Amino acid sequence: MKIAVSATGNSMDSQMDQRFGRAASFIIVQTETMEFEALDNNASASAGGAGISAAQMIADKDVKAVITGNVGPNAMNVLKAASIEIYKGLNATVKENVEQYNKGTLEKIQTTVPSHFGMGLKS
Amino acid sequence: MKIAVLSGKGGTGKTTVAASLAVALSNSQYIDCDVEEPNGALFIRPEINETIPVNVLVPKVDEAKCDGCGACAKACRFNALAVVKKKVLLFPAVCHHCGACAIACPQKAITEAQREIGVVEADKDGRFLQGRLNIGEPITIPIIHKLKQCMRKDAINILDCSPGASCTVVQTIDGCDYCILVTEPTPFGLHDLKIAVALVRKMSIPFGVVLNKAMDEDQSIQTYCMQEKIPVLMEIPFLREIAENYSKGFLPVQMDAEWGNQFMQMFSRINGGEAL
Repeated sequence: MKIAVSATGNSMDSQMDQRFGRAASFIIVQTETMEFEALDNNASASAGGAGISAAQMIADKDVKAVITGNVGPNAMNVLKAASIEIYKGLNATVKENVEQYNKGTLEKIQTTVPSHFGMGLKS
Repeated sequence: MKIAVLSGKGGTGKTTVAASLAVALSNSQYIDCDVEEPNGALFIRPEINETIPVNVLVPKVDEAKCDGCGACAKACRFNALAVVKKKVLLFPAVCHHCGACAIACPQKAITEAQREIGVVEADKDGRFLQGRLNIGEPITIPIIHKLKQCMRKDAINILDCSPGASCTVVQTIDGCDYCILVTEPTPFGLHDLKIAVALVRKMSIPFGVVLNKAMDEDQSIQTYCMQEKIPVLMEIPFLREIAENYSKGFLPVQMDAEWGNQFMQMFSRINGGEAL
């Protein structure tokens, strides 16, 4: 299955990014094989609508789930419409998060953080 | 003549100065452009008798025509649309009303619909206007545009800006003949004054400074203005009496005729060209 992880860098050893819309990048991972593809998040520096754009990008990759820290209300709407499940990641690498996902230990996120929550954070 | 009152830092006394000037001058119109929280009405006490809605254009998708190609979302610079599972999701609050999505749509499935984001309110005498942005709306510019359209051409327009030096302020002072920069003798006041000065210089608008809450022991603003050759138009002293009256909704000009004279003199100086 294909899933996405918000990341601070572009490898499996990068830390997960706590931010969704303003994550530095997304790692798209095949959970069975651990094959991955890194996507720069062009929305990370956009003036507005970062979460919408990031959600669009991973929806276009046809992922079934995303592992991240916090999701805002607009991004949540897009992810829900795309039937992408959202999991609360650990403060760890992309690889460790995917391993935990495979074990089924990650919790699903149902609630959002307020708009612009990730704008004051530096990874 | 159009005079804008701005400050950079909030709470320095823009409304005190703008409303006082409007009250002191007989042929004036006060325009509250601080549309996120207009408060000049608390002092001027106008009788509002006209409310004009301010609408913006946002996309509307005809689902029968839409084939979910996603061209609209790609065209949007503001990420106001997403297309997932061949369905368009709209985020009207993020939209900047440019219409690019409608142009980009190969199916002609997008039209533009009116959406109200706030109002302009006017009194019957033509002395007062204020903009009011609906709560939760992020974009102020269309309200400022409407306010400027509604301004009386035969009056001395006094435009009370929002704090800061961002788009709203730029839009407000654009086309004005003079800017009054209100500040206070604090490090923050001086810091933000410098930003406001950079803005009005960049826009080539003549300007002067009003120093509010002035006190003898701090000359930081006077020193800066002297170095930069900026005229200090007026000093309003840091007095408990002024603050107390303000808290009850009374301006210095409404309490003491001498302040009326001071503001009229300031206007003559601005209008006479000495400070221009």
